[in-house]
Amino acid sequence: MTTGGIVALVLLLAVAAYACAGGTDYGAGFWDLTAGGAERGRRPRWLIDHAMAPVWEVNNVWLIFVLVIMWTGFPVLFQTVFSSMWLPLALAVVGLVLRGAGFALRKPIKRVAGRRLYGALFAVSSLLTPYFLGAAVGGIASGRVAPGTTASADAWANPTSFFFGLLTVTGTAFLGAVFLSRDAERWNAPDLVGYFRRRALGALAAAALLGVAALFVVPTDAPHLWNGLTRGAGLALALVAVACTVATAVMLLRGRTRWSRWSAAGIVAASVVAWGVAQRPYLIPTSLTIEQAAGAPSTMVWLLVVTAVALVLVGPALVLLYWLDTHAELESLSESDLRGGSGTAGSG
Amino acid sequence: MHDPLSLPPGAHLLVADAPAQLLPARELMAFTLASHIILVPLGVALPLITLIMHYRGLRRSDPTALLLARRWSAVMALQFAVGVVTGTVLSFEFGLLWPGLMGRWGDVFGIGFGVEAWAFFLEAVLIAVYLYGWRRLPARTHFLLGLPLPAAALLGTFGILAANSWMNTPQGFRLDSTGNPVDVDVWKAVFTPMFGPQFWHFVVAMFMTAGFVVAGVYAVGILKGRRDHYHRIGFAVPFTVAAILTPVQFVLGDFIARSVFHQQPIKFAAMELVWETDTHVPEYIFGRLHPDGTVTGGIRIPQLDSVLAGFRPDTQVTGLTSVPASDRPDPTEATIVHWAFDIMVVIGSLLGLLVLCYAWAVWRRRKRPAAERLPGSRWFYRGAACAGAASVVAVECGWIATEVGRQPWIVYQNMRVAEAVTSTRPATLWTMFGVVIVVYAFIFGSLLAVLLKLRTRWRLEDAAAGAASPAEGPETETPYGPRAAVPGPAARTGARAGEDGTP
Repeated sequence: MTTGGIVALVLLLAVAAYACAGGTDYGAGFWDLTAGGAERGRRPRWLIDHAMAPVWEVNNVWLIFVLVIMWTGFPVLFQTVFSSMWLPLALAVVGLVLRGAGFALRKPIKRVAGRRLYGALFAVSSLLTPYFLGAAVGGIASGRVAPGTTASADAWANPTSFFFGLLTVTGTAFLGAVFLSRDAERWNAPDLVGYFRRRALGALAAAALLGVAALFVVPTDAPHLWNGLTRGAGLALALVAVACTVATAVMLLRGRTRWSRWSAAGIVAASVVAWGVAQRPYLIPTSLTIEQAAGAPSTMVWLLVVTAVALVLVGPALVLLYWLDTHAELESLSESDLRGGSGTAGSG
Repeated sequence: MHDPLSLPPGAHLLVADAPAQLLPARELMAFTLASHIILVPLGVALPLITLIMHYRGLRRSDPTALLLARRWSAVMALQFAVGVVTGTVLSFEFGLLWPGLMGRWGDVFGIGFGVEAWAFFLEAVLIAVYLYGWRRLPARTHFLLGLPLPAAALLGTFGILAANSWMNTPQGFRLDSTGNPVDVDVWKAVFTPMFGPQFWHFVVAMFMTAGFVVAGVYAVGILKGRRDHYHRIGFAVPFTVAAILTPVQFVLGDFIARSVFHQQPIKFAAMELVWETDTHVPEYIFGRLHPDGTVTGGIRIPQLDSVLAGFRPDTQVTGLTSVPASDRPDPTEATIVHWAFDIMVVIGSLLGLLVLCYAWAVWRRRKRPAAERLPGSRWFYRGAACAGAASVVAVECGWIATEVGRQPWIVYQNMRVAEAVTSTRPATLWTMFGVVIVVYAFIFGSLLAVLLKLRTRWRLEDAAAGAASPAEGPETETPYGPRAAVPGPAARTGARAGEDGTP
């Protein structure tokens, strides 16, 4: 494999990581949106706040990493994608801003009206951002963008983009529900375990239906992708995704959620990697290959060096964070911790 | 006059040919960067300042110091979150606004961003562990896990400054016959001539600004008569950090100005309003440059600019007219650069005076009991209260000087801003600009409102609790005790009703 190929693989894995980590995050926002009125949705929202808070920044930093690898490793790809799909990406970034700010700022706010406003911003943008990111991926996968194309609605408003957008949203909702169901156990909220388990099953069913429907769209609308997915490594990965889907469904139906997060992440990761592998050797099917888009050779080598060094540094830190988080060692400061007076600790 | 063949690619683009996308794209980039940079000092330096306070609290078993460190953590959580999103916007804008820059040069100067991305990742992980570790991690482990934070912040700064200084003094590549960069030498592209001066100047500015901003909050409290232990150390720790760095910044500021003189003579000419290349160049303090090269207003000090640039009045200083009008900032831009530079220098000098007062007062009072060692003068605290805002202004000015001073180049002498800009319709860009202004006004307004609300809440609680003996913090709880159960729906309703302020 050439250095370009390895960097492309790193990029693909980073996209998969963002799909899993960021996806969980967007999904939590989706369930926040659908949790109902202030009274009915209080407990699910409470869990979403507490479970998401320690890891949401890290989940979203994956995206920055994806962008950096794109413009350093494959400058032409970056230029092409951002020039031809201007609008969905601009809308996605507005959504990202509103989402992050809405999430961060709603916690310290005590008034119900204020919390509602920020909460609504957070939730609605949690829906729109993944849709537009998915639609952009659809534009790439169906080969509608090519170096030199100018911005047009066709690049992102087409059958493949539509399906990818919907699949992304259902996928995030599914991931979010699976993780929240496990989080509910850790946070001693047994009533929410079933609540999110049912929602995870619903989202999984919706995603499976969409997947079947996509079978009718992809062969004609994105033929290169279809070819890649029906043979060789692409097919194998697609089968892994299907196997993970079945395993997750069984676990969710039986209420054995111990490994469900892993298999759920497996579905998403396998799907993303399958998409990337099916596109080989193209970054954008039939117009831009990995070798054509690859940056200067020395940069590619250095990018891998930087990535390797960073893996050594960030890897352990990331493991530590997720370990602490899943072992419930991370808890946000409560009111009483920030209170100076005496005798009030513990009442928050 | 000039042989067009010897000019770099794209030099034929005159200012008049500038695409209509240029203005909205520039405005949008400038607006989002100017907003983001307000959060950067706290993002880079607040972890260190908080860790110093944290260390003091652990070392001296001072619950007040620990309370301050916890409260600063809560602030850090908010501003870091907003910084993450405004930073993400910037990375999107590279593609949305400047696809030409990234498409041609991404692989030459992108590696700095690669370092930055991972450093930012590390910082996000560590900050999450630090912020959410207060309650349940053992005190010592928690502090030690926070220790690498400042290093991660410096690494991130390294990446961004490597990219920016490359745009100022691009190197580490060769242009082939079609004008594309080949033979990329990453090492040379990262360590460009402006990298060192920019990096150190910026880092020290970040620590100073964060120190002055945080200390300013407590200076206001002291001015209102709250001279308790809480306010004294809340003021003294960050102010001392900033005070130690202020003289260092004088040296570094001089260093970067001299580096600009050598490496980017046209930018230096704009900073100092030098029209013709000459010796015995006068220094203008403020003033306005006109298209005919005259300067009106401002204070003119003969010979000083040459002396400052090269220590001798006969030092030759390159003027703006040494390059064609299309290759240099126009007179308005030069005036903006000049004012930004002068305001930064004036603010730096005033901060230097303030720090001198502080050092003098503290030295004179060194033998008094700890409670009386800080300066007593109200004028000093008035100055300190303004120092935070002033240093943020100085940061903005420094950034304006370096960015506007590079115009019309996005990559100095290699690519014009006009060549890099997106081809998206100008109307779309203006709409986006409008949307971003509204969204940012909302976000920054909310951030400020939330911070002020936290401040008021804490002050009222402190007043109600009657003073400087804080409660037992979470670090005195059993670290591995059972987790408190989630409040049930009923209990939660009760608690919420109270919190909401409903009777």
